[in-house]
Amino acid sequence: MIYEGKKRIWSDYQKEIPDDHWFFARSCIRQNFNPGAENTMLDIVRNKLGKDFYETKYHTTCGGIAYHSDVIPQETAMTIIARHFALMTEAGYKNMVVSCVTSFGLYSEILETWKEFPELKAKIQQNLWDACRKEFDTPEYLAHSSDIMYKYRYPMSEQAKYPLTNVHTGKPIRVVEHIGCHYAKMFPSKGVGGAEYPYVLSGLAEAFGGEIVDYPERRHCCGFGFRQYLVKANRGYSLSNTYKKFESMEPYKPDVIITNCPGCNYFLDRWQYVLSETNGKVYGENGYGIPVLSSEELAALVMGYDPWTIGLQMHQVAVEPLLDKMGIKYDPAKKYEGANGKQLPKPQAPTLLKCY
Amino acid sequence: MGKYYDKLMQDYRLKEGLNACINCGTCTAICPAAEFYKYNPKNIVNIVQSKDEEAIEELLKSDAIWYCGECMSCVTRCPRKNAPGLVVMSLRRLSIETGLFTESEKGRQQYALAKVLTGNILDHGYCVHPATFKYESHPEYGTVGKWIEDNIDDVYERVGAVYNQDATGALRKIPKESMDDLHRIFEVTGANDLLDHIYTASKKKADEMGLTEEEYFHQVFNITGPEHLNNY
Repeated sequence: MIYEGKKRIWSDYQKEIPDDHWFFARSCIRQNFNPGAENTMLDIVRNKLGKDFYETKYHTTCGGIAYHSDVIPQETAMTIIARHFALMTEAGYKNMVVSCVTSFGLYSEILETWKEFPELKAKIQQNLWDACRKEFDTPEYLAHSSDIMYKYRYPMSEQAKYPLTNVHTGKPIRVVEHIGCHYAKMFPSKGVGGAEYPYVLSGLAEAFGGEIVDYPERRHCCGFGFRQYLVKANRGYSLSNTYKKFESMEPYKPDVIITNCPGCNYFLDRWQYVLSETNGKVYGENGYGIPVLSSEELAALVMGYDPWTIGLQMHQVAVEPLLDKMGIKYDPAKKYEGANGKQLPKPQAPTLLKCY
Repeated sequence: MGKYYDKLMQDYRLKEGLNACINCGTCTAICPAAEFYKYNPKNIVNIVQSKDEEAIEELLKSDAIWYCGECMSCVTRCPRKNAPGLVVMSLRRLSIETGLFTESEKGRQQYALAKVLTGNILDHGYCVHPATFKYESHPEYGTVGKWIEDNIDDVYERVGAVYNQDATGALRKIPKESMDDLHRIFEVTGANDLLDHIYTASKKKADEMGLTEEEYFHQVFNITGPEHLNNY
């Protein structure tokens, strides 16, 4: 092996992520299903690490799910995203971080397309002026929120209260990582580690003391497939892909799955419930599923955030087995509280899958 | 050269996504859709690069172009830097523009997708929104999803979301000026024209099938045949 050659090849997949001053854009899916993950990330970077992350209420959907469901034109998605760039420009920022992997892929696709076809960028600039009377600069740096977690992995691990160690065995927590397809499969150089050997989540888990578990279908899609999930008649596609992944990872007995894509997080969580109801099978230990956390949720647990304050009760698969392994102190009675300590009725228990 | 191929080549995604396919089949080997559906992206790319107008028209009328999940796993692995997923997106766009999408069961589903997704964008400013994402049509949302829906204000407030509020943060009410911007972007960029194509062609098809618009939505959203599957 020629070491220098290897080093040069890998240099294409290393990202020089800026240290500070970010314009933050939220994810549609995450705001619906796991809004605590976004809020927790902002709390970590602003209040634990002292960084500048700005957001505006005028940001909207990027239209990515509609674009990839083929119901809006490419120019429409481009102009909506150009408007987001204009909001960033107006606020005085040059680095943009998006919380959604579909958005990250689409923003990357647009920026690369404009490089190849500058006349198209000029057309979008005109579209945006005609529609909104706005002008924009493109970001100097575009990141996904998992890149931010990766960037700050060591400063966060210095504040770790519960490292990824099984307190009962003394061994590392066994982590499966799942990377959203649109993070790097289209543009490998945009992701930490590229598409074939992405390191963005592995690096985070290792910095916290976890052990990454490999398995055959590690890079297989979660199965979202846009129209393949959104249309009820097609959902077998989505479920079948997740089933394939769980059957593949089961023998390796992971303690937790971590994701960087809001959609993947939802599907790997909720389809475990459906598989338990339809196939009579659960994939975790003692009747529980395998907990599925985002990179932000994992970091928050390690740093000692309360699991219910960050919203882990919004996952269908119970996280308690992981909390117990990590030795995290939590109050089970507070799991299903509402605002201001109001006690809410518990969710109905699934037939087989334990959820509390 | 002909009308379909020329039209496809105007799409930037095809310009980017189709160089010279060598028919190696790597895309099909890696494709999640090819494992599930009777689907072969290699054949689709080959038909397009053959410039066979009749065969392209058959594709535009077919279920095949609607099987892809747009995960883009094919893009990573293609040894010729093609993007079969982008080729499929171009074909879908042309199928809608020509109205041929209503000729296939999977193509007809665009009606439901357009109604739901662009409804969410134009009414709420989000692609997904609690006002329309309901446990009833998404039972996989689970018992926890039902619990979230039943206790929506409490659950969201506890985790710091600002559902439907005039504030900055998760699930805020998108300000009117931003919603107005979205509506104007749809008009200026041709999204409204594309939606008109979808709705007009779907209405025509619903009439042919003797269905009301509501019945047509129910049919395309809920019903599919087993003939699409590999193991059928």
